[in-house]
Amino acid sequence: MNISIQETVFFALAAVIGLFSILTVTTKRLLRSATYLLFVLFATAGIYFQLDYAFLGAVQLTIYAGGIIILYVFSILLTNQQADEKLERLKNSKVLAGAVAAVAGAGITLFLLLAHPFGPSRLASGEVPVKAVGTALMGTSKYQYLLPFEVISILLLACIIGGIMIARKR
Amino acid sequence: MEGLHLEYYLVVSAIMFFAGVYGFITRRNLLAVLISIELILNSVDINFALFNRFLFPGQLEGFFFTLFAIGVSACEAAVAIAIIINIYRNIRNIQVKNLQQLKD
Repeated sequence: MNISIQETVFFALAAVIGLFSILTVTTKRLLRSATYLLFVLFATAGIYFQLDYAFLGAVQLTIYAGGIIILYVFSILLTNQQADEKLERLKNSKVLAGAVAAVAGAGITLFLLLAHPFGPSRLASGEVPVKAVGTALMGTSKYQYLLPFEVISILLLACIIGGIMIARKR
Repeated sequence: MEGLHLEYYLVVSAIMFFAGVYGFITRRNLLAVLISIELILNSVDINFALFNRFLFPGQLEGFFFTLFAIGVSACEAAVAIAIIINIYRNIRNIQVKNLQQLKD
């Protein structure tokens, strides 16, 4: 019975993800919910690093953990209603419906993915070089992604303008 | 390196996905619903990277899909939070049950 360091890291990350993603949706206070979401996103970045996608892990850390969570925390504090967030009382039937939907869906999904033969699946070793990522991002031939890159830059521009237009004071 | 198969990672992301589904159904605050959506998006991102790494390790399709999905979800969060702040400015509340009209 020898457990490699890779497996130890994976089980630690899996425990963090499972625990905190459930806490995120069950806690009553919104700010705690955002904090638990931050832990889940950190553990996700850890999974990317473990898969040797270091660039993806860095992107996850900077955009999600650094940007989106700050946005959430600011908007939670801006829309803070003192007693209202604890007042989130639901009928038991609604909670039961949500739990049944989640548990039934998880059961079906877990059954299918554990029963499906994925063939030889083995974690490939070796870092993905950032140079290969950059070359694939900046070309127009097959398996190169310049067009989606430009499209998402237009999308980000539209999103900046839309955000300003919607949220400005009138 | 012996025991870590694709299924282990998929189970983790499935748990994250259905935690997000539960929150999406049961939460009554707009920001809490948005946080649940982030959980769902994040679990799907993990799946793209996993299938790429385990089944097609020589290619980068899933990698780029995850990269662009992270960008799109950043966009979505920014616009949704702008809308929520605008709603809060109009009706002083962001509970779902109080949202009955689109403009005042």
